[in-house]
Amino acid sequence: MTSIGLLISLAGILYGAAPIMFGVIGETITERAGIINLSMNGTILLSAMVGFAVAYGTGSLLLGFLAGALIGGLVALVVAFSSIALKQSQVAVGFVLAVLCLNLSYFLGHAYISKNGPSMNILPIAGLDKIPILGTLFFRQDLMTYFSFVIIFLTWFWIYRTRPGLMLRGIGERPAAAYVRGADVNRLRYIYTFLGGAIAGLAGPTFSLDVKAGWAGQLSGLDGYGWIVLSITIFGGWNPFRAAFGVYLFSFLQWLGLVLQPVLPNIPTQVLQVAPFPLMILTLLLVNIGNAEWINRMMATLPEGTRRLVARLLRALRASPPASLGVPFDSE
Amino acid sequence: MKENQWLKIGFQLAAIVLALLFTTLVLLMAGASPLQAYLNVLEGIFSSTADITNVLAAWIPLLLTTSGVLITFAAGLWNIGIEGQIMLGAVFTTGALRLLENSSLVGGWIILLGFLAGLLGGALWGALAGVLKTFGGVNEIFGGLGLNFVATAFALYLIIGPWGRPGIASTSGTLLFPTRLWLPTPTNVALSPWALVVGILSAVLVYFLLRGTYFGLRLKAVGKNMRAAFLLGVPTWQYSMYAFLLCGAFAGLAGAVQVTAVYHRLIPTISSGYGFLGLLVAMLINYQAIWAAPIALFYAALNIGGIQLPIVMKMDSSLSGVLQGILVLFVLMVEGARQRLFEKR
Amino acid sequence: MNVELKDIHKTFGAVHANAGISMDIPGGTIQGILGENGAGKSTLMKILSGFIRADQGEILLDGHPVSIHSPADAIRNGVGMLHQDPLDFPPLRVIDNFILGRSGGLLPGEGAALQDFKKLAGQFGFSLDPQAYVDSLTVGERQQLEILRLIWLGARVLIFDEPTTGISAQQKVKLFAALRLLAKQGMTVLFVSHKLEDVEGLCDSVVVLRQGYLVGSVKPPYDTHQLVEMMFGKEVTLGARSAGCAGEVAFSLRNLAVEDYRLHIGEINLDICHGEVIGLAGMEGSGQALFLRAVAGLVRTVGGQILRGDRDLTGRNYHFYKRGGVAFLPASRLEEGLVAGLNLTEHVILAEEATGFSINWEKGRQLAQSRITEFNIHGTPVNTVESLSGGNQQRTLLALMRVPLDLMLLEHPTRGLDIESTIYIWNKLKERCQQGTSILFVSSDLDEILQYSDRVLVFFSGRVTPPLDVSTLTTEKLGELIGGMGWPESKNEASVHERKPVA
Repeated sequence: MTSIGLLISLAGILYGAAPIMFGVIGETITERAGIINLSMNGTILLSAMVGFAVAYGTGSLLLGFLAGALIGGLVALVVAFSSIALKQSQVAVGFVLAVLCLNLSYFLGHAYISKNGPSMNILPIAGLDKIPILGTLFFRQDLMTYFSFVIIFLTWFWIYRTRPGLMLRGIGERPAAAYVRGADVNRLRYIYTFLGGAIAGLAGPTFSLDVKAGWAGQLSGLDGYGWIVLSITIFGGWNPFRAAFGVYLFSFLQWLGLVLQPVLPNIPTQVLQVAPFPLMILTLLLVNIGNAEWINRMMATLPEGTRRLVARLLRALRASPPASLGVPFDSE
Repeated sequence: MKENQWLKIGFQLAAIVLALLFTTLVLLMAGASPLQAYLNVLEGIFSSTADITNVLAAWIPLLLTTSGVLITFAAGLWNIGIEGQIMLGAVFTTGALRLLENSSLVGGWIILLGFLAGLLGGALWGALAGVLKTFGGVNEIFGGLGLNFVATAFALYLIIGPWGRPGIASTSGTLLFPTRLWLPTPTNVALSPWALVVGILSAVLVYFLLRGTYFGLRLKAVGKNMRAAFLLGVPTWQYSMYAFLLCGAFAGLAGAVQVTAVYHRLIPTISSGYGFLGLLVAMLINYQAIWAAPIALFYAALNIGGIQLPIVMKMDSSLSGVLQGILVLFVLMVEGARQRLFEKR
Repeated sequence: MNVELKDIHKTFGAVHANAGISMDIPGGTIQGILGENGAGKSTLMKILSGFIRADQGEILLDGHPVSIHSPADAIRNGVGMLHQDPLDFPPLRVIDNFILGRSGGLLPGEGAALQDFKKLAGQFGFSLDPQAYVDSLTVGERQQLEILRLIWLGARVLIFDEPTTGISAQQKVKLFAALRLLAKQGMTVLFVSHKLEDVEGLCDSVVVLRQGYLVGSVKPPYDTHQLVEMMFGKEVTLGARSAGCAGEVAFSLRNLAVEDYRLHIGEINLDICHGEVIGLAGMEGSGQALFLRAVAGLVRTVGGQILRGDRDLTGRNYHFYKRGGVAFLPASRLEEGLVAGLNLTEHVILAEEATGFSINWEKGRQLAQSRITEFNIHGTPVNTVESLSGGNQQRTLLALMRVPLDLMLLEHPTRGLDIESTIYIWNKLKERCQQGTSILFVSSDLDEILQYSDRVLVFFSGRVTPPLDVSTLTTEKLGELIGGMGWPESKNEASVHERKPVA
């Protein structure tokens, strides 16, 4: 493969990762507020279908993306409402919505299969795209890919460098303490869940109007991406940068699978495509292992120096979820 | 007490009505006549013996998975990994059948061994999710999800690789097994009475297990209050593992049924979503094992009925999935509303 | 700022937690609030700090009536509360915790905040690293952070709830200096505690609560006896008890040491005889609950041994103890003791040894019914446990204990129960003693301790008295010990161990 070819492939990885990025960033925001939105698999499909349908019907890409975001936000609101107001399990409601929205997308989208809809064009940034290597990688992409870059930074900035972001972290970690400091925990949870859902809702249209333009129903190959998003969110440790790393890693491994295909003819593409998964489980294992009781016991028997080292290692790996994740907040 | 019961039933009926309204709305949005759609679905279920036997045939794997997840739910676990457990069951069954297909054993024995292998495969995969959770602290939802993908990958690898069709390995599945390795059915009927028996027995077994045994009671205690169960003397992590093993076993049996009675080979989508559907049924029946069989039958019927829609009305068959999903959603939400309005917390 | 409470009433169900409490606290003073567990101190403070609303009564700040309906209201009015376990954010940095909650612009203004932080910290002599993560701080340091934060937010009234539990001696000195400085600056400090020495040494005025009432208000010089009497009430007649240690030792604790993230209790030596009742007295958080759980095998000991006869049980897990005849009754009935959602019959069956594979429901129901009768539980075998009253839940917990048992470990066995249930339960327990069962129980009710124990251990700040024969104790003496007075002087003040969290 020529170096130009390699560069273009790598740019393709960034491009292909864009939809997943929206999903992961969106879910990271939602989970930071303490709510798990398990409906992601359904949301992506439904927002992809609706986004395509709206864009096809109106001819406007913008409306398509907005529609997708709206769907994402609304589904997330159902999860939040069921959890906060109705005190039902977030996992249960999220899971049901995952199945429901998947089926809704297939059913309502039936009429749009194989239709040719609008899709995005490459929008090179004049001047910057001439920079060697970086220009091809970063500045010859389309609008949504640029947006996917920007949103990583925006989200990171919001969470770690602003006052309301600090409160967001507080709500996720210890809602009781945030409440004492004047936060209306539940109202903020609604807002962030909608926001996170809306951002994640951009993932679908980024597929159907861009990366995998069109709607192919059950053959769209989009089924499963939602679960991937959820796994990468955890891998990302609820930190936008680490999450972005996870997304690109996943995308890279997928691309690697395609590339290695001719080299390893005995292994089917699909296998290499799902190879990231054992990796994810392994990382989940590593990040959680610090929490296990038996590890603590084993550590207690180690000599002081070793124990400190191991503790520091575990600490670096550890991705502690926001402590209140999944737990409804009662101001009592 | 009495009025409480009537109130509950009233709310549940409201949920059903809301679900039907929603589905009708969806149909209207798709530009179809709701009445025609419902009639077609019913037709797809009842109009011929073939339809009825198809419903029963679809009922079996769903019964198995529902029974299995009732156990994990009793232990307070979300076994999302069940799809992978079905897959591994199917893989093990296929493996056993392939191993023995050229032996001199009678077909029936081979199939039996195939079932046992399937049970083992599913149980193993369930145990893996259990170990990840109990010893690795990996939440069973994410461990399960990951394992689902790994299972699919593994199956794909086998289908295209070592177990591929000679000549052109295809993702459509392995080579069809010879008919002597098919679970026998009466003539012209696609339903195996053996499989039916297995399905019904599993539902009965789980009902009995949860209702009438120490194991079931302890399991429930673990699920409702792990701390108190521990203090009362229940070895909680062991019981969690048992739950995973058992559910995996049932899922594995479902996989075995899919291989020996339905597809007669290994295909990448062999689990057919029965795992997730089982989770839905369990949620709908509020984890009461006695309702598993009838509601699973209802959901299986919806699946089969929905097949009519692409044929007759040029719609996607996933309308059944819509109804299946929205029903559970409304039941959950309506229950939450009822508790909020009428029960003091 | 002047704080005035007028006729505060608060009832929880049948419990009148605050019965017409009125206080007038001038600004610039340190007001001590004494009382045993359940006296109503925390309810009162929760009302003042906005966590709960009083049923009746008024709060006036500087003469103006204010309505405080939430913690946000409270801080807006200048009232800040420091909880025993500070409500902070462990995974965030000190400076983050400092800033969080303060209204302002989009950007957190960390630079300006850091300056303010350093200035305030300097004033009080607190040495806190703003970049450190709160989960690496000690309790005392977290407290210091909270103080700085509340002052920064403009608090004029600071409520301290049991602030000296779990902090080191040096930190206590700093804390007291800080409190005196605050008072001098015109702040009003409310110091809620059970530690007599602290209160006597620090406060400008002391108010004593007992059973929801304000029973007295005193000014220095303080008379410890008077305070104890106000806190705990008059002498109680001691009931008849068994002859104490019948000679044969059932369990031995040798140099036992236990710790949690706050406390370290060490060198406990105790021989428990058959049929003996040992009361563990002390205010909550003094270590007795920790100790009890260690003896149950629920908490790992960090030193010493637990022996049964000559068998070493140290380091074994809870189920091993349980099988060996040790039973533990938790205080939080529905959180730890009973499984909500299951009924009485199911609990009884769970608690018994399994007979075979399938449950004989009929027998189980009969067994449950016999237990119900035996323990006078107001319920039927098919009632779910959460539908029972507290007293009946406690009786149920008792009814689930196996017979016979060697050792029963009870955490607050009669907390929240009416007199009738209390007497009934103790009768049942004494029956067990006569059969040879030893009992260790934790209680914050002094009367209960004195009435039923043969010997008493008092816990205070991680220290334990040697076993005291109850006939040598009076309510007053016991109250003193619980309040930290009358203990033999230890080598140096730093005998209260303060635990540094594991990094």
